[in-house]
Order: sequence, then structure tokens, then C-alpha cells
Amino acid sequence: MQNVVFERIQSELDGSDIVLFMKGNAAFPQCGFSSLVVQVLSQLGVTFKDINVLEDNDLRQGIKDFTNWPTIPQLYIKGEFVGGCDIIREMYESGELQSLLDDKGIKAA
Amino acid sequence: MAMDAETIKTLITEKIEGADVRIEDLRGDGDHYAAYIVAPAFKGKNRVQQHQMVYDALGERMGNELHALAIQTSAPAED
Repeated sequence: MQNVVFERIQSELDGSDIVLFMKGNAAFPQCGFSSLVVQVLSQLGVTFKDINVLEDNDLRQGIKDFTNWPTIPQLYIKGEFVGGCDIIREMYESGELQSLLDDKGIKAA
Repeated sequence: MAMDAETIKTLITEKIEGADVRIEDLRGDGDHYAAYIVAPAFKGKNRVQQHQMVYDALGERMGNELHALAIQTSAPAED
């Protein structure tokens, strides 16, 4: 069972440069922490794939096991886990997140 | 179910050696905390790894009885 979920997560990561696992979707976040990360990404002007873990219980647990991270949201850039809400906020405020996007060759849309 | 700040602090200091932990009850409701942790063990680790160490110390509680915990970690400044 877990393998199926992990494969699905991996294919999402392979399919988009930026993937955000969140509660709700980008238009209607259903949690303040998820909402904050959406706002940061919007500020940076990058496009991202939003995946609503509330629609799928296997995914909701699966992403926690996949990343070894107990909370949602989770942000992946080019297949690499960058952080949850606290880390993303910290990196955004320090300018590190923009630098990371530049390094990865991801431009604002 | 809520957790008290002292329990969170104890769990972290028991697991991460030499950790200097400050817990803030953000809303005074025993449910939304911020943890500021400085520990030598964080040296050479990136933020994700540092936070994973904290989550590891809290175990299953995170996301269950401990609903919201903002985490800020760092290694002590070099002398």
C-alpha cells in the first residue's frame, strides 16, 4: 500500500518543479500554515502544483512517512524537500528562498 | 488535548543534548506553541535535519495532542 502512495508522490515530484502538499488548495487553503506558504509562493511569483492531502487519507499519512516530516504543508522544489511552514517563512524573509529558486533556474511566471 | 510547555521542553532537552529551549505559548491556550532551540547538536545540519531532530524528540505527539508548534532552530554562535 505504502509503495503505491510513495510512487504517486514521486511521480508528482517528477512532474513539477515546485510541489506543495497542503490542506485545501491554492485558491482555498484550509489551514493557516498552508495558506502562508501559498502566499509566499505567490509573492515570489512562481507557479506550483498544489496537492490537497485532505482529499486522500492515504496521501495525508503517506507524505508524512515519505518525507519523515509529521506536519503539513510540505514544500518540494525540483524533487527536494525544502521545508514546512516555519522554514519556508524563515527562508523567504532572509531571501534564501529566492536564491534557491535562482540556483535551480526557476523563474517567476 | 493540549500539552503544557514544560512537557514540550523536557521532551526536547531529554533527547537533544545541551539544547537551550525556550517555549512560548502563542495564544495562551496551551495549544499553539513556538519553540526556540539552540543546540550544539544542530551544528553542520541544515534546517530540515534540525527540525527533524526536534520532531523525533516529540515523537507521535506532534500533530496529535500537540497541534501547532512553530519551530526555530540554530546552532550556538562560534566563540
